[in-house]
Amino acid sequence: MNFDQLFAHIGQHTLDGLSKGAIYALIALGYTLVYGVLRLINFAHSEVFMVGTFAVLGTWTALGVTGTSSVTMILVYCVAGLIAGALASGGTALAVERIAYRPLRKKNAPSLVFLITAIGVSTVLMEIFGWVLVWLNRDVMGRDPKPFGRLIAGVPTVVEQKVLFKVGDAEVTNIMVIVIVAAIAMMIGLDIFINRTRLGRGVRAVAQNPDTAALMGVNKDRVIMLVFVLGGIMAGGAAMLYNLKLGTTKFDVGFLLGIKAFTAAVLGGIGNLRGALLGGLLLGVVEVYAATLTQSNWEDVAAFVVLVVVLMFRPTGLLGESLGRARA
Amino acid sequence: MGERWRKLPMWQRLLAPAAGIVFLYYLPYLAIPGLEYVRTDFAEAGSNWSGVLFTCAVYALVAIGLNVVVGLAGLLDLGYVGFFAIGAYTVGLFGSVESPVVKMIQRTFDLPETWALAWGLCIPLAIALTMISGVILGGPTLRLRGDYLAIVTMGFGEIIRIVARNSEWTGGPQGISAIPGPEGPPSQDNVVFGLIDPTPWYWLAITVALLLVVATRRLEHSRVGRSWLAVREDEDAAAVMGVQGFKYKLWAFAIGACLGGMSGALFASRQTFIDPTNFGLALSITFVAMVVLGGAGNMFGVAFGAVLLTYLPERFRELQDWRPFAVGVAIVIVMIFKPAGLIPSRRRARELKDRAEEAVAANV
Repeated sequence: MNFDQLFAHIGQHTLDGLSKGAIYALIALGYTLVYGVLRLINFAHSEVFMVGTFAVLGTWTALGVTGTSSVTMILVYCVAGLIAGALASGGTALAVERIAYRPLRKKNAPSLVFLITAIGVSTVLMEIFGWVLVWLNRDVMGRDPKPFGRLIAGVPTVVEQKVLFKVGDAEVTNIMVIVIVAAIAMMIGLDIFINRTRLGRGVRAVAQNPDTAALMGVNKDRVIMLVFVLGGIMAGGAAMLYNLKLGTTKFDVGFLLGIKAFTAAVLGGIGNLRGALLGGLLLGVVEVYAATLTQSNWEDVAAFVVLVVVLMFRPTGLLGESLGRARA
Repeated sequence: MGERWRKLPMWQRLLAPAAGIVFLYYLPYLAIPGLEYVRTDFAEAGSNWSGVLFTCAVYALVAIGLNVVVGLAGLLDLGYVGFFAIGAYTVGLFGSVESPVVKMIQRTFDLPETWALAWGLCIPLAIALTMISGVILGGPTLRLRGDYLAIVTMGFGEIIRIVARNSEWTGGPQGISAIPGPEGPPSQDNVVFGLIDPTPWYWLAITVALLLVVATRRLEHSRVGRSWLAVREDEDAAAVMGVQGFKYKLWAFAIGACLGGMSGALFASRQTFIDPTNFGLALSITFVAMVVLGGAGNMFGVAFGAVLLTYLPERFRELQDWRPFAVGVAIVIVMIFKPAGLIPSRRRARELKDRAEEAVAANV
């Protein structure tokens, strides 16, 4: 336990944690939206995110992105990546819903069946992108592609990381600012969409009581599609920010990140949009603290321990389940 | 089929399983013309047939244990690999002369350097420890329902693996070697349970599995088993009828855990070497897939699911790159067309049919 190390740079660690947690929070929104409406955990959501990272990688490669510090170019690249990621992830989420989940919903299958189907879908998507990765890492001279194989794909650097300003002794980098600002902007946008628009009202109505909503003329299937697409778009945004921050992707990138994001969603209260934000940021900070305290050996354990402790005292998460109850 | 079966005289109904069991024991020498292609060593770059059979038997045992938790009591446990790991590590930590725990005991009690706990004592210890850990995990978490339980158990499985990787007393990432079998530590002197021929290992595993199948079956049809089904169907209704849900759920967890520990112990003894990478979350998910694919709630179904998911990838090794893809597609297709699994439990199939009819009625 290295408490001196933690307290000496507490501000820096908190900031690192927030920028990590913002990405968790964006992915967590996908879990929370689907859970809020369907009472169902979409375990394939981690692969929806993974597809997004590959779409962003492709777009940036096609655009010939280079590390730059001009604000306009960064904005252009980020928005292009965001659109590509949102399209790919949203499309994937929609396809998963249509191909795998809709037939099960028609049969009113128990949630266990949905879970196993989602695992099957995840495997298929991961395998497909495993082959994409082999293809990306192929040697130009036609030699054996094995050296990198399915290990990892580098993403072109968009922003040259540099320190923008200091808060106390914590250094705030430009990437950190982009990640946190973009994530929070997307979340506010989603919150307004759900709470203020006509379509959002439909989502809230179905979340509250599907049968009554159907009687009032809400098209349930369309709402469910909308919810999957919205979750996918948020995952696409997260994918862009992840690529920006870490500069790599691989076929199983969604696996651990998905688990963490799901943990974040449960922590804040699954089904609650603001809970996902709170849970994500909290989880990110806790992880960075734990990594500092234990030389990063135990950071994954810390996340789960926090989860278990919170659930023991607040079985529905910190803010409770409330997609339906929001402004009811 | 089921009706005709129940009308047969008793001796015919006993003969068929007896023949099946004899066939199971004969499998390592399988040489019936036409059936030979079932053997994995017939495939290109195929693996040892008895070894594959052993793995199938161990995973079938895992599936039967997980079936108690998922299929009968309806508790979604994504951390089952944690119990498998605890069983494996118990045999390793207490039975191997290489393990840090044994070395510490040797130092403390001034024992010779060849001392280690006998295999015959490690197995009950493994079962006891996994049962205790099942209760420890279940105690605080079983008040959670459904999906929350799933994520907490998943966290438990990961915690076990990370603890095993990061602690010094478990051997860390290097793992533990020289794990003993029934004849003691692995060496050239082991004639029966040696490293070369896995056939006796398979017979051992299948014997254990058959014994535990009988035990679990008795349990399923007892008062405890009926309470599990009641809790699975509707916990609140069961509570009104006087079934103590929490108590029976805890029992299901403990019994499921000890079956998982038993299979983990067998697995470790045969391997003679384990490290934390053997117990990843992906394996845990495969376990759940075995149970649901085969038919949750039906013991033959889950065993069949386990054998299928273990055997097919081994038999079709030449299609190596396509294996996980094919498994994924197969899972989705089976779930969409047969949501109750390949060999469904009769009771569960009826429930699912009910639910489907309700869904149709609701959509009119």
